[in-house]
Amino acid sequence: MSSESEKETVEKKTEDAKLTADKVSEKPTPAKKPAPTKEEPELPAFEKGIADKIVEKFGEKTTITYVKPDRVGIKVGRDDVHEVAEFTRDVLNYDHVDSVSGVDYPADKEIEVVYHLSSYTDPTLSRQILEVATRAPREDDPIPGNDATRLPSLRDIFYSVEFHEREVFEMLGVYFEGHPDNRRLLLPEDWADLPPLRKDFRNKGR
Amino acid sequence: MSSPTLPPGLAIQKADERIMTLNVGPQHPGSGHMRIIVQIDGDYIVACDPDPGYVHRGEEKMAEYRNYVLNIPHLERPVIHDSCNILYPYVLGAEELLGLEVPERAKYIRVIASELNRCVYTQYWLAIYGIFLGHSTMFMWPAGDRELLIDLLEKMTGARVTHSYFVPGGIRNDLPANFEDVCLRQVNYFEKRIKEYADVFYENPILISRTEKTGILSREKAIGLGTTGSVLRASGVDYDVRKKEPYDVYDELDFETNVMKSGDSYARSRIPWLDMMESCRIIRDALQKMPKSGSVRVKLKPNPKGALGSVYKRVESGRGALGCYIISDKKPEPYRVKLSVPSFRNLIALPQLLIGEKLGNMPSVYWSLNYWPVEADR
Repeated sequence: MSSESEKETVEKKTEDAKLTADKVSEKPTPAKKPAPTKEEPELPAFEKGIADKIVEKFGEKTTITYVKPDRVGIKVGRDDVHEVAEFTRDVLNYDHVDSVSGVDYPADKEIEVVYHLSSYTDPTLSRQILEVATRAPREDDPIPGNDATRLPSLRDIFYSVEFHEREVFEMLGVYFEGHPDNRRLLLPEDWADLPPLRKDFRNKGR
Repeated sequence: MSSPTLPPGLAIQKADERIMTLNVGPQHPGSGHMRIIVQIDGDYIVACDPDPGYVHRGEEKMAEYRNYVLNIPHLERPVIHDSCNILYPYVLGAEELLGLEVPERAKYIRVIASELNRCVYTQYWLAIYGIFLGHSTMFMWPAGDRELLIDLLEKMTGARVTHSYFVPGGIRNDLPANFEDVCLRQVNYFEKRIKEYADVFYENPILISRTEKTGILSREKAIGLGTTGSVLRASGVDYDVRKKEPYDVYDELDFETNVMKSGDSYARSRIPWLDMMESCRIIRDALQKMPKSGSVRVKLKPNPKGALGSVYKRVESGRGALGCYIISDKKPEPYRVKLSVPSFRNLIALPQLLIGEKLGNMPSVYWSLNYWPVEADR
């Protein structure tokens, strides 16, 4: 899938990441020690390692939402989600997407798209799910595909998102830029209502 | 055929005079409730566009209006033949959000019900695979033997297919008296029966010649496309959620996962059959290790409220890894329920497998994906 030059850069990246990981893991350990005594007595070590790697690489751009056994959740701005996804594939070895969910938050005027990444090839990650969430602005009168509700597509990084992103597009009206095939999937061709998984689309009689 | 403009949603255009566009489905017996638009050049498929959604019912939307318990009967509808397994991740997630601890006996009974259901589903799938290939015996045998396990599940749950058996906090009711003996006898007989399928179906030279080396999915592609379950394991990737991330008591039970390397239709059709034998093994083991008495359900408060947060749980269903993502905002109803179903995840492989294949091989390749159209639509 990737050409040789790309592979080289990937290898370089992993080396860089390892180097930085070594450097940084020495420094902040004394600073972080008092934190667990306060409230979180036992953050799972392996999951914390994944979260730390992401924070080291991207710093302010990402926020860790939770670290639970086998689960790590991060939040990324929509300008950085492509870069973060590339990092998770090339350095952290996640190789496919389990699920892509769109969630509507009308109070925040935002729509969240949540990718659940998982790995078949790396045996250490076989229990792990990495949740990458990103948000797009939400418009009250949506014109799906022609309004500001847009996100970069991850199809070029994870091929497996293809149908999932098509589903999010029709169900919530999030247009994925760079997706090769932005068509409807499940809804009928003559659907002319709001995207149905938005909160202001009410089921009849409810 | 000079059809006017194609309705929006279909990308394939008429290319030249040699190419013919065919709509297979959505009411064709060879496609289930979905449409596959294929373009053929002579006998060979040159383009394929799967078009699911014919039986889309908005299960995820409906789940936002009902509380955690009322969601149970309708969330199992996408695949009623595997209704215990499709509820399993939802129930596991709801338990985490509601903070419930499941009794030990309930965990074992859940595993038994889930494995029985996997066999029931696989038998149904196998029966249709038989009829797709024109093998009527292979339709009759699985459809008949399936009744054995349906009878068992009816004794357990009171319903033949739509069990609604799993609830947050355990299972709905305890096993009837004398169930263990009946179950052991039926499962042993069932295992004997399915072993006979080897002679009539899996070792049959006609089946082998029709399915071997058709629709080959390489290991790299299987991983990259994010396929799951029997499709993934037929391509040589040993990944089974029951082994890799054991839920309930699967880590205490003795079983193997089946992996084949060839990645063709034959391997994909053989893996579920081998899995059924492992299921029989799991059931026997669970019957032995199960606590013989005890509570099977935690009592729930009326209209329980979930804790603030989200969970992602997954289980191995009859078709592959089935995930459920629940977001709760401290209300009796979940804020969002997403079912990540294996049929939907495997569908992406269909165009890759069919292009370059003969049209006559389409049914065998398509159904070997272990695809359930209603589940993909939700």
